[in-house]
Amino acid sequence: MIEFHSVTKRFPDGTLAVEDFSLVLPSRKTTVFVGSSGCGKTTLLRMINRMIDPSSGSIEIDGVDIASGSAVALRRSIGYVMQNSGLLPHRRVIDNIATVPLLKGVKKADAHTQAMELLDTVGLDRALAYRYPSQLSGGQQQRVGVARGLAVNPNILLMDEPFGAVDPIVRDDLQQELLRLQHDLDKTVVFVTHDIDEAFLLGDQVVILEKGAQIAQVGTPKEILANPASDFVASFIGADRGKRRLAVDSTVARSGDDVVLVDGAGYVAGVIEAPGGVLPGSGVGVGTNSRARSVSNKTDQAGDA
Amino acid sequence: MNLFLDALNFLFDPANLTGANGIVPRLVDHVWYTGLSMAVAIVIGIPLGLLVGHTGRGRNAVVALSSAARALPTLGLIFLIILYTGLGVGPLIVVLVILAVPPLLAGAYSGLEAVNRPTIDAARAIGMTEWQILLKVEIPLAMPLIFGGIRSATLQVIATATIAGYVGLTGLGRFLIEGLALRDYKLALAGAILVIALALCVDAILALAQRLVVPHGVARGLTRHPDESAAPTPRQHGRVSTAPSNP
Repeated sequence: MIEFHSVTKRFPDGTLAVEDFSLVLPSRKTTVFVGSSGCGKTTLLRMINRMIDPSSGSIEIDGVDIASGSAVALRRSIGYVMQNSGLLPHRRVIDNIATVPLLKGVKKADAHTQAMELLDTVGLDRALAYRYPSQLSGGQQQRVGVARGLAVNPNILLMDEPFGAVDPIVRDDLQQELLRLQHDLDKTVVFVTHDIDEAFLLGDQVVILEKGAQIAQVGTPKEILANPASDFVASFIGADRGKRRLAVDSTVARSGDDVVLVDGAGYVAGVIEAPGGVLPGSGVGVGTNSRARSVSNKTDQAGDA
Repeated sequence: MNLFLDALNFLFDPANLTGANGIVPRLVDHVWYTGLSMAVAIVIGIPLGLLVGHTGRGRNAVVALSSAARALPTLGLIFLIILYTGLGVGPLIVVLVILAVPPLLAGAYSGLEAVNRPTIDAARAIGMTEWQILLKVEIPLAMPLIFGGIRSATLQVIATATIAGYVGLTGLGRFLIEGLALRDYKLALAGAILVIALALCVDAILALAQRLVVPHGVARGLTRHPDESAAPTPRQHGRVSTAPSNP
Protein backbone atom coordinates (compact mmCIF):
# COMPACT_ATOMS: atom_id res chain seq x y z
CA MET A 1 0.00 0.00 0.00
CA ILE A 2 1.31 3.42 -0.97
CA GLU A 3 -0.04 6.46 0.85
CA PHE A 4 0.38 10.10 -0.14
CA HIS A 5 -0.14 12.48 2.78
CA SER A 6 -0.68 16.14 1.76
CA VAL A 7 2.20 16.01 -0.69
CA THR A 8 3.24 19.26 -2.34
CA LYS A 9 6.03 19.78 -4.84
CA ARG A 10 7.24 23.19 -5.91
CA PHE A 11 10.18 23.14 -8.30
CA PRO A 12 13.05 25.63 -7.90
CA ASP A 13 11.75 27.63 -10.88
CA GLY A 14 8.51 28.22 -8.95
CA THR A 15 6.28 25.76 -10.79
CA LEU A 16 3.75 24.18 -8.48
CA ALA A 17 3.61 20.67 -9.94
CA VAL A 18 1.73 18.98 -7.10
CA GLU A 19 -0.41 20.75 -4.54
CA ASP A 20 -1.62 19.08 -1.34
CA PHE A 21 -2.10 15.62 -2.83
CA SER A 22 -3.45 12.83 -0.62
CA LEU A 23 -4.38 9.36 -1.82
CA VAL A 24 -4.12 5.69 -0.91
CA LEU A 25 -2.94 3.29 -3.61
CA PRO A 26 -4.10 -0.21 -2.64
CA SER A 27 -1.69 -3.16 -2.68
CA ARG A 28 -1.75 -5.65 -5.54
CA LYS A 29 -3.92 -3.36 -7.64
CA THR A 30 -3.14 -1.19 -10.63
CA THR A 31 -3.58 2.52 -10.03
CA VAL A 32 -3.45 4.72 -13.11
CA PHE A 33 -2.69 8.45 -12.98
CA VAL A 34 -4.17 10.00 -16.07
CA GLY A 35 -4.21 13.63 -17.15
CA SER A 36 -2.95 16.06 -19.76
CA SER A 37 0.71 17.01 -20.15
CA GLY A 38 1.98 19.06 -17.24
CA CYS A 39 -0.70 17.99 -14.77
CA GLY A 40 1.93 16.58 -12.40
CA LYS A 41 1.23 12.87 -12.91
CA THR A 42 4.85 11.97 -13.67
CA THR A 43 6.00 14.05 -10.72
CA LEU A 44 3.69 11.99 -8.47
CA LEU A 45 5.15 8.76 -9.86
CA ARG A 46 8.76 9.86 -9.48
CA MET A 47 8.17 10.88 -5.88
CA ILE A 48 7.38 7.25 -5.02
CA ASN A 49 10.96 6.15 -5.74
CA ARG A 50 12.43 9.45 -4.59
CA MET A 51 13.63 10.55 -8.00
CA ILE A 52 11.89 13.73 -6.86
CA ASP A 53 11.59 14.68 -3.19
CA PRO A 54 8.38 16.39 -2.08
CA SER A 55 8.60 19.99 -0.84
CA SER A 56 6.21 19.07 1.96
CA GLY A 57 4.05 16.17 3.03
CA SER A 58 5.09 12.54 3.18
CA ILE A 59 4.76 9.27 1.31
CA GLU A 60 4.51 5.91 3.06
CA ILE A 61 4.93 2.43 1.67
CA ASP A 62 3.27 -0.18 3.91
CA GLY A 63 3.31 2.34 6.74
CA VAL A 64 6.99 3.27 6.48
CA ASP A 65 7.98 6.80 5.46
CA ILE A 66 10.11 6.44 2.31
CA ALA A 67 12.26 9.40 3.36
CA SER A 68 13.58 7.41 6.33
CA GLY A 69 15.93 5.10 4.39
CA SER A 70 18.42 5.54 1.60
CA ALA A 71 17.08 6.60 -1.80
CA VAL A 72 19.29 4.09 -3.63
CA ALA A 73 18.03 1.14 -1.56
CA LEU A 74 14.44 2.27 -2.09
CA ARG A 75 14.91 2.53 -5.88
CA ARG A 76 16.46 -0.94 -6.01
CA SER A 77 13.38 -2.37 -4.30
CA ILE A 78 10.95 -0.81 -6.79
CA GLY A 79 10.61 -1.72 -10.46
CA TYR A 80 10.73 1.23 -12.86
CA VAL A 81 9.73 1.21 -16.52
CA MET A 82 9.99 4.37 -18.60
CA GLN A 83 8.80 5.54 -22.00
CA ASN A 84 11.90 4.94 -24.08
CA SER A 85 12.84 1.75 -22.24
CA GLY A 86 15.89 3.50 -20.70
CA LEU A 87 18.03 0.47 -21.46
CA LEU A 88 21.79 0.87 -21.31
CA PRO A 89 22.85 0.91 -24.98
CA HIS A 90 26.31 -0.51 -24.28
CA ARG A 91 25.01 -3.63 -22.54
CA ARG A 92 23.40 -6.69 -24.04
CA VAL A 93 19.78 -7.44 -23.25
CA ILE A 94 20.66 -10.06 -20.64
CA ASP A 95 23.06 -7.70 -18.85
CA ASN A 96 20.46 -4.95 -18.91
CA ILE A 97 17.90 -7.19 -17.23
CA ALA A 98 20.46 -8.39 -14.67
CA THR A 99 21.73 -4.88 -13.87
CA VAL A 100 20.04 -4.37 -10.51
CA PRO A 101 20.46 -7.94 -9.17
CA LEU A 102 24.19 -7.66 -9.96
CA LEU A 103 24.36 -4.32 -8.16
CA LYS A 104 22.75 -6.03 -5.18
CA GLY A 105 25.45 -8.71 -5.18
CA VAL A 106 23.63 -11.63 -6.80
CA LYS A 107 26.07 -14.05 -8.45
CA LYS A 108 26.42 -13.44 -12.19
CA ALA A 109 25.38 -16.98 -13.21
CA ASP A 110 22.25 -16.79 -11.01
CA ALA A 111 21.38 -13.30 -12.27
CA HIS A 112 21.70 -14.46 -15.88
CA THR A 113 19.58 -17.57 -15.32
CA GLN A 114 16.90 -15.40 -13.79
CA ALA A 115 17.18 -12.88 -16.64
CA MET A 116 16.54 -15.69 -19.12
CA GLU A 117 13.42 -16.70 -17.21
CA LEU A 118 12.25 -13.08 -17.26
CA LEU A 119 12.58 -13.04 -21.05
CA ASP A 120 10.06 -15.90 -21.06
CA THR A 121 7.85 -14.00 -18.63
CA VAL A 122 7.61 -10.95 -20.87
CA GLY A 123 7.16 -13.06 -24.00
CA LEU A 124 10.53 -12.57 -25.68
CA ASP A 125 12.65 -15.19 -27.44
CA ARG A 126 15.70 -16.20 -25.42
CA ALA A 127 17.81 -15.74 -28.56
CA LEU A 128 17.43 -11.97 -28.10
CA ALA A 129 19.39 -12.11 -24.83
CA TYR A 130 22.72 -11.51 -26.50
CA ARG A 131 21.65 -8.61 -28.71
CA TYR A 132 22.17 -4.96 -27.96
CA PRO A 133 19.07 -2.80 -27.33
CA SER A 134 19.53 -0.94 -30.62
CA GLN A 135 19.07 -4.25 -32.46
CA LEU A 136 15.55 -4.66 -31.06
CA SER A 137 12.28 -3.09 -32.20
CA GLY A 138 10.61 -0.48 -30.02
CA GLY A 139 8.09 -2.99 -28.68
CA GLN A 140 10.80 -5.51 -27.85
CA GLN A 141 12.80 -2.83 -26.04
CA GLN A 142 9.77 -2.01 -23.90
CA ARG A 143 9.37 -5.69 -23.02
CA VAL A 144 13.02 -5.80 -21.97
CA GLY A 145 12.35 -2.66 -19.92
CA VAL A 146 9.50 -4.47 -18.14
CA ALA A 147 11.72 -7.53 -17.59
CA ARG A 148 14.37 -5.31 -16.01
CA GLY A 149 11.71 -3.73 -13.80
CA LEU A 150 10.69 -7.19 -12.59
CA ALA A 151 14.27 -8.43 -12.05
CA VAL A 152 14.45 -7.68 -8.33
CA ASN A 153 11.00 -9.20 -7.83
CA PRO A 154 9.65 -5.90 -6.49
CA ASN A 155 6.29 -5.50 -4.81
CA ILE A 156 5.84 -2.19 -6.58
CA LEU A 157 6.17 -1.51 -10.29
CA LEU A 158 6.22 2.10 -11.51
CA MET A 159 5.42 2.63 -15.16
CA ASP A 160 5.86 6.09 -16.71
CA GLU A 161 4.00 6.13 -20.04
CA PRO A 162 5.72 2.87 -20.97
CA PHE A 163 3.72 2.32 -24.13
CA GLY A 164 3.61 5.94 -25.29
CA ALA A 165 6.19 5.64 -28.06
CA VAL A 166 5.20 2.41 -29.79
CA ASP A 167 2.73 2.05 -32.62
CA PRO A 168 -0.93 1.27 -31.80
CA ILE A 169 -0.78 -2.43 -32.67
CA VAL A 170 2.33 -3.06 -30.56
CA ARG A 171 0.83 -0.96 -27.79
CA ASP A 172 -2.25 -3.13 -27.82
CA ASP A 173 -0.05 -6.25 -27.49
CA LEU A 174 1.92 -4.75 -24.63
CA GLN A 175 -1.24 -3.69 -22.80
CA GLN A 176 -2.67 -7.22 -23.02
CA GLU A 177 0.69 -8.59 -21.89
CA LEU A 178 0.67 -6.30 -18.88
CA LEU A 179 -2.85 -7.41 -17.94
CA ARG A 180 -1.71 -11.03 -18.15
CA LEU A 181 1.44 -10.30 -16.11
CA GLN A 182 -0.54 -8.45 -13.48
CA HIS A 183 -2.96 -11.38 -13.29
CA ASP A 184 -0.04 -13.78 -12.71
CA LEU A 185 2.27 -11.66 -10.56
CA ASP A 186 -0.05 -9.51 -8.44
CA LYS A 187 2.17 -6.45 -8.15
CA THR A 188 1.18 -3.03 -6.90
CA VAL A 189 1.38 -1.19 -10.21
CA VAL A 190 1.41 2.59 -10.54
CA PHE A 191 0.90 3.57 -14.15
CA VAL A 192 1.05 7.02 -15.74
CA THR A 193 -0.58 7.78 -19.08
CA HIS A 194 -2.37 10.55 -20.93
CA ASP A 195 -4.47 8.01 -22.81
CA ILE A 196 -7.84 7.58 -21.10
CA ASP A 197 -8.55 4.33 -22.96
CA GLU A 198 -5.30 2.87 -21.68
CA ALA A 199 -6.21 4.04 -18.18
CA PHE A 200 -9.64 2.39 -18.31
CA LEU A 201 -8.19 -0.81 -19.78
CA LEU A 202 -5.40 -1.28 -17.25
CA GLY A 203 -6.59 0.45 -14.10
CA ASP A 204 -8.33 -1.06 -11.10
CA GLN A 205 -8.27 2.45 -9.70
CA VAL A 206 -8.17 5.37 -12.11
CA VAL A 207 -7.14 8.82 -10.89
CA ILE A 208 -8.01 11.67 -13.25
CA LEU A 209 -5.82 14.67 -12.57
CA GLU A 210 -6.10 18.36 -13.33
CA LYS A 211 -3.30 20.91 -13.24
CA GLY A 212 -1.28 20.82 -10.01
CA ALA A 213 -2.17 17.14 -9.58
CA GLN A 214 -5.62 18.10 -8.29
CA ILE A 215 -7.78 14.98 -8.22
CA ALA A 216 -10.74 15.47 -10.54
CA GLN A 217 -12.08 12.00 -9.82
CA VAL A 218 -10.94 8.69 -8.36
CA GLY A 219 -12.72 5.43 -8.96
CA THR A 220 -12.99 2.28 -10.96
CA PRO A 221 -13.40 2.74 -14.72
CA LYS A 222 -17.05 1.79 -14.37
CA GLU A 223 -17.73 4.36 -11.65
CA ILE A 224 -16.07 7.13 -13.63
CA LEU A 225 -17.80 6.29 -16.88
CA ALA A 226 -21.19 5.95 -15.24
CA ASN A 227 -20.86 9.09 -13.13
CA PRO A 228 -18.36 11.68 -14.32
CA ALA A 229 -17.82 13.91 -11.28
CA SER A 230 -17.50 17.15 -13.24
CA ASP A 231 -17.62 18.69 -16.69
CA PHE A 232 -13.82 18.35 -16.80
CA VAL A 233 -14.02 14.60 -16.27
CA ALA A 234 -16.88 14.23 -18.72
CA SER A 235 -14.89 16.13 -21.33
CA PHE A 236 -11.69 14.23 -20.56
CA ILE A 237 -13.25 10.81 -20.97
CA GLY A 238 -15.09 11.97 -24.06
CA ALA A 239 -18.57 11.54 -22.63
CA ASP A 240 -19.62 15.06 -23.55
CA ARG A 241 -19.05 14.38 -27.23
CA GLY A 242 -20.97 11.16 -27.09
CA LYS A 243 -17.84 9.09 -27.62
CA ARG A 244 -18.85 6.69 -24.90
CA ARG A 245 -22.50 6.45 -25.78
CA LEU A 246 -22.96 4.09 -28.65
CA ALA A 247 -26.05 3.42 -30.73
CA VAL A 248 -27.02 0.97 -33.43
CA ASP A 249 -26.60 2.54 -36.83
CA SER A 250 -29.72 1.75 -38.77
CA THR A 251 -28.49 3.31 -42.00
CA VAL A 252 -25.72 0.78 -42.51
CA ALA A 253 -26.67 -2.56 -43.98
CA ARG A 254 -26.07 -5.51 -41.69
CA SER A 255 -23.42 -7.97 -42.73
CA GLY A 256 -24.03 -11.41 -41.31
CA ASP A 257 -24.76 -11.38 -37.60
CA ASP A 258 -22.93 -8.14 -36.80
CA VAL A 259 -24.53 -4.77 -36.23
CA VAL A 260 -22.56 -1.56 -36.67
CA LEU A 261 -22.41 0.81 -33.71
CA VAL A 262 -21.84 4.55 -33.98
CA ASP A 263 -20.88 7.08 -31.31
CA GLY A 264 -22.68 10.28 -30.50
CA ALA A 265 -20.93 12.16 -33.29
CA GLY A 266 -22.01 9.57 -35.83
CA TYR A 267 -18.58 7.99 -36.30
CA VAL A 268 -18.36 4.22 -36.58
CA ALA A 269 -17.15 2.88 -33.24
CA GLY A 270 -17.30 -0.89 -33.74
CA VAL A 271 -19.65 -3.76 -34.21
CA ILE A 272 -21.68 -5.89 -31.87
CA GLU A 273 -22.69 -9.47 -32.40
CA ALA A 274 -26.38 -9.86 -33.05
CA PRO A 275 -27.16 -13.46 -33.93
CA GLY A 276 -30.13 -13.47 -36.24
CA GLY A 277 -30.24 -9.70 -36.20
CA VAL A 278 -31.36 -9.58 -32.58
CA LEU A 279 -29.32 -7.66 -30.03
CA PRO A 280 -28.52 -9.75 -26.99
CA GLY A 281 -30.74 -8.21 -24.33
CA SER A 282 -31.93 -4.64 -24.71
CA GLY A 283 -30.37 -1.71 -22.90
CA VAL A 284 -27.04 -3.42 -22.24
CA GLY A 285 -24.44 -0.75 -21.61
CA VAL A 286 -22.10 -1.72 -24.39
CA GLY A 287 -20.44 1.67 -24.43
CA THR A 288 -19.69 1.64 -20.73
CA ASN A 289 -17.82 -1.64 -20.79
CA SER A 290 -14.24 -0.59 -21.32
CA ARG A 291 -13.06 -4.17 -21.59
CA ALA A 292 -14.95 -4.69 -24.82
CA ARG A 293 -11.83 -4.30 -26.95
CA SER A 294 -13.52 -4.10 -30.31
CA VAL A 295 -15.33 -1.06 -29.03
CA SER A 296 -12.75 0.85 -27.02
CA ASN A 297 -10.04 0.23 -29.61
CA LYS A 298 -11.80 2.34 -32.11
CA THR A 299 -12.13 5.28 -29.78
CA ASP A 300 -8.39 5.64 -29.20
CA GLN A 301 -8.46 9.27 -30.21
CA ALA A 302 -10.48 10.10 -27.12
CA GLY A 303 -7.29 9.95 -25.08
CA ASP A 304 -5.87 12.98 -26.78
CA ALA A 305 -8.73 15.14 -25.62
CA MET B 1 64.34 15.03 -54.46
CA ASN B 2 67.98 14.50 -53.67
CA LEU B 3 67.44 16.05 -50.31
CA PHE B 4 64.67 13.60 -49.57
CA LEU B 5 66.81 10.63 -50.67
CA ASP B 6 69.70 11.92 -48.59
CA ALA B 7 67.38 12.10 -45.58
CA LEU B 8 66.24 8.53 -46.15
CA ASN B 9 69.83 7.39 -46.54
CA PHE B 10 70.62 9.03 -43.23
CA LEU B 11 67.67 7.29 -41.56
CA PHE B 12 68.54 3.85 -42.87
CA ASP B 13 72.28 4.07 -42.23
CA PRO B 14 72.91 1.69 -39.29
CA ALA B 15 75.75 3.96 -38.16
CA ASN B 16 73.21 6.68 -37.27
CA LEU B 17 70.98 4.44 -35.21
CA THR B 18 72.90 4.10 -31.99
CA GLY B 19 75.52 6.14 -30.19
CA ALA B 20 74.96 9.14 -27.92
CA ASN B 21 73.48 11.24 -30.74
CA GLY B 22 71.88 8.35 -32.61
CA ILE B 23 68.28 7.97 -33.67
CA VAL B 24 67.33 5.33 -31.10
CA PRO B 25 68.33 7.18 -27.90
CA ARG B 26 66.72 10.39 -29.16
CA LEU B 27 63.56 8.51 -30.11
CA VAL B 28 63.45 6.93 -26.67
CA ASP B 29 63.85 10.36 -25.05
CA HIS B 30 61.11 11.79 -27.25
CA VAL B 31 58.74 8.98 -26.31
CA TRP B 32 59.69 9.41 -22.66
CA TYR B 33 58.87 13.16 -22.66
CA THR B 34 55.60 12.44 -24.43
CA GLY B 35 54.61 9.58 -22.14
CA LEU B 36 55.45 11.48 -18.97
CA SER B 37 53.59 14.61 -20.09
CA MET B 38 50.55 12.63 -21.17
CA ALA B 39 50.46 10.70 -17.89
CA VAL B 40 50.46 13.92 -15.86
CA ALA B 41 47.96 15.59 -18.22
CA ILE B 42 45.57 12.61 -18.06
CA VAL B 43 45.68 12.57 -14.26
CA ILE B 44 44.75 16.27 -14.24
CA GLY B 45 42.51 16.65 -17.29
CA ILE B 46 40.32 13.54 -17.39
CA PRO B 47 39.00 13.60 -13.78
CA LEU B 48 38.37 17.34 -14.04
CA GLY B 49 36.52 16.86 -17.32
CA LEU B 50 34.47 14.00 -15.87
CA LEU B 51 33.60 16.09 -12.82
CA VAL B 52 32.42 18.98 -14.99
CA GLY B 53 30.56 16.64 -17.34
CA HIS B 54 28.82 14.69 -14.57
CA THR B 55 27.74 17.64 -12.45
CA GLY B 56 27.29 20.11 -15.30
CA ARG B 57 28.93 22.71 -13.06
CA GLY B 58 31.92 24.89 -13.92
CA ARG B 59 31.52 24.28 -17.61
CA ASN B 60 32.00 27.92 -18.57
CA ALA B 61 35.09 28.30 -16.41
CA VAL B 62 36.64 25.19 -17.94
CA VAL B 63 35.89 26.30 -21.48
CA ALA B 64 37.45 29.72 -20.83
CA LEU B 65 40.49 28.16 -19.18
CA SER B 66 40.97 25.71 -22.03
CA SER B 67 40.78 28.43 -24.68
CA ALA B 68 43.28 30.55 -22.76
CA ALA B 69 45.67 27.61 -22.40
CA ARG B 70 45.42 26.84 -26.10
CA ALA B 71 46.35 30.43 -26.94
CA LEU B 72 49.60 30.31 -24.92
CA PRO B 73 52.69 30.19 -27.16
CA THR B 74 54.47 27.05 -26.02
CA LEU B 75 57.97 28.16 -26.97
CA GLY B 76 57.63 31.51 -25.21
CA LEU B 77 56.20 29.84 -22.14
CA ILE B 78 59.04 27.33 -21.84
CA PHE B 79 61.68 30.10 -21.94
CA LEU B 80 59.72 32.05 -19.35
CA ILE B 81 59.67 29.04 -17.02
CA ILE B 82 63.35 28.30 -17.60
CA LEU B 83 64.19 31.87 -16.56
CA TYR B 84 62.79 31.03 -13.14
CA THR B 85 63.74 27.37 -12.73
CA GLY B 86 66.78 26.84 -14.90
CA LEU B 87 67.20 24.13 -17.48
CA GLY B 88 65.82 20.64 -17.00
CA VAL B 89 63.03 18.25 -17.89
CA GLY B 90 60.60 20.01 -15.50
CA PRO B 91 59.84 23.11 -17.61
CA LEU B 92 59.37 20.96 -20.71
CA ILE B 93 56.89 18.68 -18.97
CA VAL B 94 55.00 21.69 -17.57
CA VAL B 95 54.46 23.29 -20.98
CA LEU B 96 53.55 19.99 -22.61
CA VAL B 97 51.01 19.31 -19.86
CA ILE B 98 49.50 22.77 -20.37
CA LEU B 99 49.26 21.93 -24.06
CA ALA B 100 47.70 18.51 -23.51
CA VAL B 101 45.12 19.27 -20.81
CA PRO B 102 42.60 21.29 -22.90
CA PRO B 103 41.85 18.56 -25.48
CA LEU B 104 41.65 15.94 -22.71
CA LEU B 105 39.29 18.13 -20.70
CA ALA B 106 37.14 18.87 -23.74
CA GLY B 107 36.96 15.19 -24.69
CA ALA B 108 35.94 14.15 -21.20
CA TYR B 109 33.24 16.73 -20.56
CA SER B 110 31.79 16.76 -24.05
CA GLY B 111 31.79 12.95 -23.94
CA LEU B 112 29.67 12.96 -20.79
CA GLU B 113 27.45 15.74 -22.11
CA ALA B 114 26.69 13.69 -25.23
CA VAL B 115 25.34 10.76 -23.21
CA ASN B 116 21.59 10.47 -23.65
CA ARG B 117 19.90 12.09 -20.60
CA PRO B 118 17.04 9.56 -20.31
CA THR B 119 19.62 6.75 -20.14
CA ILE B 120 21.28 8.39 -17.14
CA ASP B 121 17.89 9.11 -15.58
CA ALA B 122 16.93 5.45 -15.97
CA ALA B 123 20.22 4.30 -14.43
CA ARG B 124 19.51 6.48 -11.40
CA ALA B 125 15.88 5.37 -11.21
CA ILE B 126 16.75 1.66 -11.07
CA GLY B 127 19.05 2.35 -8.13
CA MET B 128 22.58 3.08 -9.31
CA THR B 129 24.64 5.32 -7.04
CA GLU B 130 26.23 8.44 -8.54
CA TRP B 131 29.59 6.62 -8.73
CA GLN B 132 28.02 3.65 -10.46
CA ILE B 133 26.31 5.95 -12.96
CA LEU B 134 29.67 7.58 -13.71
CA LEU B 135 31.71 4.37 -13.92
CA LYS B 136 29.20 1.96 -15.46
CA VAL B 137 27.15 4.24 -17.69
CA GLU B 138 28.63 7.64 -18.42
CA ILE B 139 32.30 6.73 -18.92
CA PRO B 140 31.69 3.67 -21.12
CA LEU B 141 29.27 5.64 -23.29
CA ALA B 142 31.61 8.65 -23.43
CA MET B 143 34.64 6.49 -24.29
CA PRO B 144 34.80 7.38 -28.00
CA LEU B 145 35.03 11.11 -27.23
CA ILE B 146 37.32 10.67 -24.21
CA PHE B 147 39.65 8.61 -26.36
CA GLY B 148 39.41 11.15 -29.16
CA GLY B 149 40.70 13.75 -26.72
CA ILE B 150 43.59 11.48 -25.68
CA ARG B 151 44.56 10.87 -29.29
CA SER B 152 44.55 14.52 -30.34
CA ALA B 153 46.45 15.56 -27.17
CA THR B 154 49.07 12.87 -27.77
CA LEU B 155 49.66 14.00 -31.35
CA GLN B 156 50.04 17.62 -30.27
CA VAL B 157 52.50 16.62 -27.55
CA ILE B 158 54.60 14.48 -29.91
CA ALA B 159 54.82 17.36 -32.37
CA THR B 160 55.56 19.98 -29.75
CA ALA B 161 58.08 17.90 -27.79
CA THR B 162 60.56 18.82 -30.54
CA ILE B 163 61.16 22.06 -28.61
CA ALA B 164 63.08 19.97 -26.07
CA GLY B 165 66.02 20.40 -28.44
CA TYR B 166 65.95 24.19 -27.88
CA VAL B 167 66.34 23.95 -24.15
CA GLY B 168 69.29 21.65 -23.80
CA LEU B 169 67.39 18.37 -23.84
CA THR B 170 67.44 15.74 -26.54
CA GLY B 171 64.58 14.06 -28.38
CA LEU B 172 63.94 14.03 -32.10
CA GLY B 173 63.88 17.83 -32.11
CA ARG B 174 67.69 17.80 -31.87
CA PHE B 175 67.92 16.62 -35.48
CA LEU B 176 65.84 19.57 -36.60
CA ILE B 177 67.81 22.13 -34.63
CA GLU B 178 71.20 20.71 -35.47
CA GLY B 179 70.22 20.42 -39.11
CA LEU B 180 69.11 24.04 -39.26
CA ALA B 181 72.15 25.30 -37.34
CA LEU B 182 74.60 23.39 -39.56
CA ARG B 183 72.58 24.09 -42.70
CA ASP B 184 72.46 20.32 -43.06
CA TYR B 185 68.90 20.23 -44.37
CA LYS B 186 69.00 16.49 -44.93
CA LEU B 187 69.41 16.09 -41.16
CA ALA B 188 66.52 18.48 -40.45
CA LEU B 189 64.30 16.66 -42.91
CA ALA B 190 65.24 13.31 -41.39
CA GLY B 191 64.22 14.68 -37.98
CA ALA B 192 60.88 15.86 -39.35
CA ILE B 193 60.22 12.49 -40.97
CA LEU B 194 60.98 10.76 -37.69
CA VAL B 195 58.53 12.95 -35.77
CA ILE B 196 55.81 12.34 -38.36
CA ALA B 197 56.45 8.60 -38.39
CA LEU B 198 56.34 8.46 -34.58
CA ALA B 199 53.08 10.41 -34.53
CA LEU B 200 51.47 8.10 -37.09
CA CYS B 201 52.63 4.95 -35.29
CA VAL B 202 51.44 6.14 -31.91
CA ASP B 203 48.08 7.16 -33.36
CA ALA B 204 47.69 3.73 -34.94
CA ILE B 205 48.45 2.06 -31.60
CA LEU B 206 45.93 4.30 -29.85
CA ALA B 207 43.34 3.53 -32.52
CA LEU B 208 43.82 -0.16 -31.79
CA ALA B 209 43.59 0.46 -28.04
CA GLN B 210 40.39 2.42 -28.60
CA ARG B 211 38.78 -0.61 -30.22
CA LEU B 212 39.62 -2.66 -27.15
CA VAL B 213 38.43 -0.10 -24.62
CA VAL B 214 35.19 1.12 -26.23
CA PRO B 215 32.31 -1.26 -25.42
CA HIS B 216 30.72 -3.15 -28.32
CA GLY B 217 27.31 -1.53 -28.14
CA VAL B 218 28.94 1.92 -28.31
CA ALA B 219 31.47 1.01 -30.98
CA ARG B 220 28.58 0.59 -33.38
CA GLY B 221 28.31 4.35 -33.27
CA LEU B 222 25.44 4.32 -30.83
CA THR B 223 26.31 6.77 -28.11
CA ARG B 224 22.65 7.71 -28.21
CA HIS B 225 19.51 5.76 -27.85
CA PRO B 226 18.07 5.09 -31.33
CA ASP B 227 14.67 6.43 -30.31
CA GLU B 228 16.15 9.80 -29.49
CA SER B 229 16.85 10.65 -33.09
CA ALA B 230 13.14 11.13 -33.51
CA ALA B 231 12.30 12.16 -29.97
CA PRO B 232 8.54 11.98 -29.61
CA THR B 233 6.73 14.87 -28.05
CA PRO B 234 4.98 13.77 -24.87
CA ARG B 235 1.53 14.13 -26.34
CA GLN B 236 2.28 12.38 -29.56
CA HIS B 237 1.16 8.82 -29.38
CA GLY B 238 0.29 6.14 -31.80
CA ARG B 239 3.23 7.18 -33.95
CA VAL B 240 4.94 4.56 -36.03
CA SER B 241 8.04 3.32 -34.25
CA THR B 242 11.28 4.51 -35.77
CA ALA B 243 13.35 1.88 -34.01
CA PRO B 244 14.99 -0.58 -36.37
CA SER B 245 13.01 -3.74 -36.74
CA ASN B 246 14.52 -7.16 -36.74
CA PRO B 247 15.79 -8.61 -39.96
